[in-house]
Amino acid sequence: MEKPDFTIDRRKFLKITGGGLVVALVFKNFSAVAGDIRHGTPTLPASEVGAWIRIGEDGLVDVYTGKVEFGQNIRTSLAQIVAEELKLPMSSVTMIMGDTDLVPYDAGTFGSRTTPQMGTQLRRAAATARDTLVEMAAKKWGTGVAGLKAEDGMIVNGSGKQKLGYGALTKGQQILRTIPDDVPVIAANDWKIAGKSVPKADGRLYISGKHAYVSDMHVPGMLYGKVLRAPSYNAKLVAADTSKAEKMPGVVLIRDGDFVGVAAPDVVTSTRALEMISASWQEETGQPSNGEIFDYLVKNATASGNETGADNKGDVAAGLSQADFQHAQTYHINYIAHVPLEPRAALAEWNGGKLTVWTGTQRPFGVQEELMRAFQLKKENVRVIVPDTGSGYGGKHSGEAAIEAARMSKGAGKPVKLVWTREEEFTWAYFRPGGVVEVAGGVKKNGTITAWKFINYNSGSPGMETQYRAANQQIVHLPSKTPLRQGSYRALAATGNVFARECHMTDLARGIHMDPLEFRMRNLEDDRFKAVLQAAANAFGWHGPKPAGHGFGIAGGFEKGGHIATCAEVSVNEDKEVKVLRVTQAFECGAIVNPHHLENQITGAIIMGIGGALFEKIEFARGKILNSSMSAYRVPRFNDVPKIDVVLLDRKDLPSAGAGEAGIVGIAPAIRNAILDATGVALTTLPMIPNGTLA
Amino acid sequence: MPVRVNLWIMVISVNGVEHQITADPDTALLTILRNHLELTGSKYGCGEGACGACTVLINGRPVHSCITPVSAVAGKDITTIEGLEKNGRLHAVQEAFLAVDVFQCSYCASGMIMSAVALLESNPSPSEEAIRRAMNGNICRCGTYPLIIRAIRHASQT
Repeated sequence: MEKPDFTIDRRKFLKITGGGLVVALVFKNFSAVAGDIRHGTPTLPASEVGAWIRIGEDGLVDVYTGKVEFGQNIRTSLAQIVAEELKLPMSSVTMIMGDTDLVPYDAGTFGSRTTPQMGTQLRRAAATARDTLVEMAAKKWGTGVAGLKAEDGMIVNGSGKQKLGYGALTKGQQILRTIPDDVPVIAANDWKIAGKSVPKADGRLYISGKHAYVSDMHVPGMLYGKVLRAPSYNAKLVAADTSKAEKMPGVVLIRDGDFVGVAAPDVVTSTRALEMISASWQEETGQPSNGEIFDYLVKNATASGNETGADNKGDVAAGLSQADFQHAQTYHINYIAHVPLEPRAALAEWNGGKLTVWTGTQRPFGVQEELMRAFQLKKENVRVIVPDTGSGYGGKHSGEAAIEAARMSKGAGKPVKLVWTREEEFTWAYFRPGGVVEVAGGVKKNGTITAWKFINYNSGSPGMETQYRAANQQIVHLPSKTPLRQGSYRALAATGNVFARECHMTDLARGIHMDPLEFRMRNLEDDRFKAVLQAAANAFGWHGPKPAGHGFGIAGGFEKGGHIATCAEVSVNEDKEVKVLRVTQAFECGAIVNPHHLENQITGAIIMGIGGALFEKIEFARGKILNSSMSAYRVPRFNDVPKIDVVLLDRKDLPSAGAGEAGIVGIAPAIRNAILDATGVALTTLPMIPNGTLA
Repeated sequence: MPVRVNLWIMVISVNGVEHQITADPDTALLTILRNHLELTGSKYGCGEGACGACTVLINGRPVHSCITPVSAVAGKDITTIEGLEKNGRLHAVQEAFLAVDVFQCSYCASGMIMSAVALLESNPSPSEEAIRRAMNGNICRCGTYPLIIRAIRHASQT
């Protein structure tokens, strides 16, 4: 990744802010933002992340951030945080997001880091702005700052007799402030706007179909692009006869090596032009299929170098020999797709030597770099703008559609919009990695874990560490060769790793005839983890009555700053049909910024998790995706949703952490453990029951 | 062999306004709405009638516009999300979705609301089971289903 450039950002800042205003902002070392996400959320001093706040002469506030809105509702929650500190109504705050020409560098919107990092930054930036406004008023009135306070967009003196609006105070001045690390912020207990269920920003635009997603955009003279796709992965183009397409009125053909695209004034024509191209390909043979994928991943694994890392201690073999009960199991995680309802889309326009691309990406600055590389452009000649997008779940980190649209626009000499079809999104994006997880554990009759061995092949390291106490442990991630392009996903590999760990914990508990909740509690030191387990169990009625054929399961985890525990009840009938009846999930991520949106996010994570738990699976063979459509790849629908209770623990004494990801990790093991409780059948593969019944 | 182009001139009525369009009769209604008429509220999600993002009403009934040929709707009343608002006032179902604050990314919103409008027209106070059945063709990948059900119940009570 290119090192962020302070001077560019400074120029950008001056460009935006030329006018009367106060700005509180900061930036020293942007690269720290991109830090290691494996060990949760790194804490950063406020002065290291770039975000800025502009107070206009009209008293309205613009907040500039590189974060993007994909449905997390951060356009709302970040504005709440700023409004809170600046003592302004929500209607006075506008978020300017994800436009590389306007906002400071940001590594991307992922890893549940918007709230803990950007939220913290903006909170401190807004607090600094507030303090600056107080100082300015004091100077104007010739008094000290004591007794002055910010209130409803104004600075008011102690008697309440003197008042000055922010706009009047800042008029005609340019002030640059660095945020002090110790700037006083408003305690969560005193929040009036943050901590409340403020409705979604611009909600009315969305329910009236007026918000323009990238796929909805239109600029004058725009053409609609289509791209010729290979029949399978790694296929090489041998020949393409484009003569018929080129003869169609209005059609422009763009050819650049293996890239063949067509653009036309309407999408029907460009689609037809694409069909008119006859191409021959040389396909790569010997690509593995679903049937052999798990053996393939294990066989092709390579040492990661962390076999003797911090997660390893003691002697696992010795620990196992001390156990009263030993249990080893291999868990399998299939590749799954993100299926954002809005497929990848981009609209590209060249103006002189400058390229502007509107596209739905979680990494606007990352895509800017991809475009710089693809077209040999300088940073100041590439602008990426991300309108609020139709979801991503970790699946839109990359700029494929942006590059394709830019290439066609360059060739056509006109703006070109490209919207991927559902089949393209299923085939040419990337997947949540498949993986194999081998777990061996040993436990004494009193519940003491004597040994814990956990090896992940390919799917990744997030969520591998265990919070349960084990005297001897070995935790290893072994990367492998993947036949499918793999990448980020909501909670990354944690879903599979937490599945393996929480299945195994319940199996160990059963091996010594101990209640699975009690077994977990005995081996935990983290009070926050214990609190969510207890809260979920209480709300669920863990020790309550259970009808015949029903089972209860429990699971928990800690991910990206969020603590989560999930209880599930399932029923299994004589035909071995499994029904998930109800789910109770407790969640704690520090001080809650927006309770309604948090509950929505947690509920949504459970529902998305049900898909990967029960039936979502990418089928592939010979370099082809076999279920690349919505009718062939099943995602959760209304009828798949059980009764869901979310219990939110609001820890106002703790900093707010992220909440977009952790909510997904508990549902699969909770359901699996409930099925085990009901039937004695221990499932070990995700998805567990693709056709709804036990084998 | 030249590319065969089969163009018809058709009149379709969208949100009470008649439009004369020239298009291949097999063109999907969704394409006509989005690209010819610039009514982009109806969304593309799957192209095979499996996700509901493109749902519009034809004579009051919910239809997947991505698999409906435009020639099949000539002379019928087409209502899209843009047609629900009357004189600056939102439809009661839109009001309910707004009041419940349903959505995350909202890409499914138009299709959800159109399907909900159709449901409540035919069954003004549906049970939760009836809501699930009627709405099962609409996908919300963000998983806001429980709030959608709540919003539909809210609308049915107002």
